[in-house]
Amino acid sequence: MKVYVPLDSAAVALGADRIAEAIVAEGAARGVAVQVVRNGSRGMVWLEPLVEVVTEAGRVGFGPLTLADVPGLFGDLAAHPKALGLVEELPWMKGQTRLTFARVGVIDPLSLEDYRAHGGLVGLDRAKGMTKAEIVAEVTESGLRGRGGAGFPTGIKWKTVSEAAGEQKYIVCNADEGDSATFADRMLMEGDPFTLIEGMAIAGLACGATKGYVYIRSEYPVAIRVMEAAVRIARNAGVLGPQFDMEIRVGAGAYVCGEETSLLNSLEGKRGVVRAKPPLPALQGFMGRPTVVNNVISLASVPVIMARGAAFYKDFGLGRSRGTIPLQIAGNVRFGGLYECAFGLTLGQIVNEIGGGTASGRPVKAVQVGGPLGAWFPPSLFDTPFGYEEFGAKDGLIGHAGLTIADDTTDMLQMARFAMEFCAIESCGKCTPCRIGSTRGVETIDRLARGDASAMPILTDLCNTMKLGSLCALGGFTPYPVMSAITHFPDDFARAKEAAE
Amino acid sequence: MLDSHAQNGPMADRIAEILDAHQGLEGPLLPILHAIQAAFGHVPDAAVPQIAKALMLSKAEVHGVISFYHDFRSAPAGRHVLKLCRAEACQTMGADAVAERIKRALGIDWHETTPDGRVTLEPVFCLGLCACGPAAMVDGRLVGRVDESVCAEVAK
Repeated sequence: MKVYVPLDSAAVALGADRIAEAIVAEGAARGVAVQVVRNGSRGMVWLEPLVEVVTEAGRVGFGPLTLADVPGLFGDLAAHPKALGLVEELPWMKGQTRLTFARVGVIDPLSLEDYRAHGGLVGLDRAKGMTKAEIVAEVTESGLRGRGGAGFPTGIKWKTVSEAAGEQKYIVCNADEGDSATFADRMLMEGDPFTLIEGMAIAGLACGATKGYVYIRSEYPVAIRVMEAAVRIARNAGVLGPQFDMEIRVGAGAYVCGEETSLLNSLEGKRGVVRAKPPLPALQGFMGRPTVVNNVISLASVPVIMARGAAFYKDFGLGRSRGTIPLQIAGNVRFGGLYECAFGLTLGQIVNEIGGGTASGRPVKAVQVGGPLGAWFPPSLFDTPFGYEEFGAKDGLIGHAGLTIADDTTDMLQMARFAMEFCAIESCGKCTPCRIGSTRGVETIDRLARGDASAMPILTDLCNTMKLGSLCALGGFTPYPVMSAITHFPDDFARAKEAAE
Repeated sequence: MLDSHAQNGPMADRIAEILDAHQGLEGPLLPILHAIQAAFGHVPDAAVPQIAKALMLSKAEVHGVISFYHDFRSAPAGRHVLKLCRAEACQTMGADAVAERIKRALGIDWHETTPDGRVTLEPVFCLGLCACGPAAMVDGRLVGRVDESVCAEVAK
């Protein structure tokens, strides 16, 4: 009997480790030989822990599983109260276009044999037969843009590093996924770590870099463990070696280190303070040397691009947003999780059709797209198609494609205040608009909360200063959640005034 | 000399081992600090001059790095560390109310330790469990859909 039990953090947080132990114990008690494979998550978090039993028809899912449901896995599977049917046939799975996440949840994350059997290393093998310029051209042609949030064309960044002079160059993977509502990096690293390793090795070939670092936040213990094991396995198998090798580094709880220059300082062992640009990290990055800094999903999308060609990838998407995007549907939502599809679904389709509305059953009030620095969207903007430019045109951003859904009990003034408070806690202190502006922002919103309407023009002006005067996106984008809350939910700010009067 | 107790004795020996083990790394300070905290539960002030000397940094530079990052402690935490997520996705699932109830039950605020040294309560901004919030971490173990019953896990 072969059973899959996810090792994914979300599954573990909902009891997967205990379920795995119970399945082994139940098998032993019944004298049944059980092979438990700890896989990644399929992304259906509301069904976790989602256990899969291999049958002749395919992998049958059961979830959300409790300890009491374990003995039933050894009986008539069709009669099991938590039986979901064939996992691949579930609507959530069938609706997706899984390119970057094709193997996540399917394979044993630490089996290089599984990885190869499911198309792994095909992209790297192809890249080995190409020149640096050809690899860079392929990635550029695919239209892949930085999935960390900035949306900068990945191929252009690689070209700069590839053509830069320097004996030692680096590939740095930004796995400091600190934005609330985002967990795609974590799921990819936990569920299919070799994809990231392969993507970084291809980047190394394209840029002439022989050394890579993955900077993972300390809040992700499972991802750290899986990535460290995967690097050792890849090294022993010769996938990594003198031509390109890599190390896993662990952050220390600073949100701002998700900003690339701050991350580089942290990696060098310094305070995670933002650097002014120029110089670009592509020319003077880690240790002052030419460095590619890419997000996990950007790098993990490269193997499929190299394996199936730029045209295949580019064929998905809309406008200047090409390929697929792993949506992370989170917060107060009925069906939360990861859903990879081509760009172009409307926000309303994502929230209401895929996400199924709120978990509380109450009306959706607002959706924050792109993490703590993203704008809050009201239902009146639900016709916005999911794309970089499309969200920019509505004074928002897609960021790392995380969506926080909030129901009608949410006080948007408090959410605006939290955005400023978070910025104050996490500011690196380098630039004044962010360091001081965020604290003044909290105070000014508190004035509004007390009904002092004269604070509104001050807050608007402050947001403008932060937006235009900050060195990085922390201070520069904190105005997005604040101003969008004011623009789209004026009642929540007026109510405070009425209460005061 | 203020530093003498760090330069001699078992603590200094252990730190010297850690420093040795990290030789050859590019940018070794964060891995060293993580290793010291794993060994002692915090980064002792007495370790600062020893690290500074080994890495050819000033004591101020090392102190500056330790104090920049939320993870590094200058004093030991309680026997248990309870981290509760305060970020937006968890807020939409009632994280603030859960946190208030847990604070009342423990009788402490953020960043405080119960007087008996049993538990330290800390905020965390995102554990990547945003579709099963509110999220928590108890002594390194992840917990989804957390409520005040988590206090039982840190009772002893």
